[in-house]
Amino acid sequence: MTERKIRVLIAKPGLDGHDRGAKIVARALRDAGMEVIYTGIRQTPEMIAEAALQEDVDVVGLSILSGAHMTLVPQVLEKLREAGMDHVLVLVGGIIPPEDVPKLREMGVYKVYGPGTPTRQIVEDIRRAVLGESQTQPEPMA
Amino acid sequence: MSRDLAQRVLQGERRALARALSLVENDAPEGEALLEALFPHTGRAHLVGFTGPPGVGKSTLVARLARYFRREAPSPRTVGILAVDPTSPFTGGALLGDRIRMRDLAGDPGVFIRSMASRGAVGGLARNTAAAAQVLDAAGFDLVFIETVGAGQAEVEIARLAHTVVVVQAPGLGDEIQALKAGILEIADILVVNKADRPGAQQLARTLENWLGRRTPKGEGPDDASPASASNTPWIPPVLLVTATQGEGIPQIAQSLKEHAAHLKRTGAWQERERRRFESELRERVLLTFWRRWETRAKQLGLSQLLERILKREISPQRAAETLLRQMWSDQETKG
Repeated sequence: MTERKIRVLIAKPGLDGHDRGAKIVARALRDAGMEVIYTGIRQTPEMIAEAALQEDVDVVGLSILSGAHMTLVPQVLEKLREAGMDHVLVLVGGIIPPEDVPKLREMGVYKVYGPGTPTRQIVEDIRRAVLGESQTQPEPMA
Repeated sequence: MSRDLAQRVLQGERRALARALSLVENDAPEGEALLEALFPHTGRAHLVGFTGPPGVGKSTLVARLARYFRREAPSPRTVGILAVDPTSPFTGGALLGDRIRMRDLAGDPGVFIRSMASRGAVGGLARNTAAAAQVLDAAGFDLVFIETVGAGQAEVEIARLAHTVVVVQAPGLGDEIQALKAGILEIADILVVNKADRPGAQQLARTLENWLGRRTPKGEGPDDASPASASNTPWIPPVLLVTATQGEGIPQIAQSLKEHAAHLKRTGAWQERERRRFESELRERVLLTFWRRWETRAKQLGLSQLLERILKREISPQRAAETLLRQMWSDQETKG
């Protein structure tokens, strides 16, 4: 009877107010049967980590179009670690120069999505990572 | 393991609290054990429900009120918030956006916000919202605010869960008859006319006042069954004009909440509401257990053969149900 729903936090860290992409992704994930917590624009790394903890999400999706990803992403990851949420899958979407992608992945970002990514691909990546992993290895009660 | 988690919830550890809410929300077996361990520690929080049509400003109101209790009230109180949004009946997904209006509360360790999807339940709450409220209660929050799905006229589940129900209305959502025919008005302990800076707010408030006046003629009204008058001294719901975005009227809501809690305790209605809540919880749990057993047993009991016989008009659905029930009862007896 256990109902397992994938929970995703969609947040926009930093100061740019372009939330169209974030909203499109949020809607696509909802339509794929996920529970999407949408926090809106201008979130600090602390706010994102706090919301991820309170909502006990499986995935944090960050939308960044300001070019500040190399500063913001490590801060969010750090705050997630401090909150004991380092097991969540972190995805980054936005305008990310190709040379930054490997650096972000090295920091611990699972996938980076540029403009034009089919939302279907994001859905599939999340399903594979979250459900696939939880089948082989139950989530630890951190 | 869950005993351990319960300990950590009781100590107010936030990561444990978040996990506990998930276990309870997901009907996980550990969640049941956890609720049992936490139950003796519940019963201290004031459970307050907020309901009303979509777009009247429930989230903003909840956020401002929580902020008031944290930073402005004479003695600060901690606040747990459950914000329920609808699950799509078509995809099973949900977009939970109440946090957008609650960003002011970020970084406060005396606040915990959790979004819940309704997951197919009707009535404005999720099936496990009551259990989630118990977890927050056990974790020591003084106030637990429960924001329902944007409710229209019949989503009155919140009246069974909360000690105090705040019904939020706003001007400009249709004529006054729309407001009056809404069943949710009848469950209101406090009525808020939000967006009081807009035209029509005063008139809406007057209409509501009149309606309440006719409804409660000092103890002899037709509403003796309504939760508000569960004792001999009737509680007359105040109608408050509020502009939540500006914080205007927020202290008055806080004051009314305090008065209502005092009224409930003075008249014994607090206990009575809890009794009613536990009675319906008990009923639901028993029904759920029956339902699950039925689902596993139905096939073995020859459901499909019975259906065939019903289709051929050999047996009526009533008789078929009786047959099935008799078999399930005898299961019970041979087991016991």
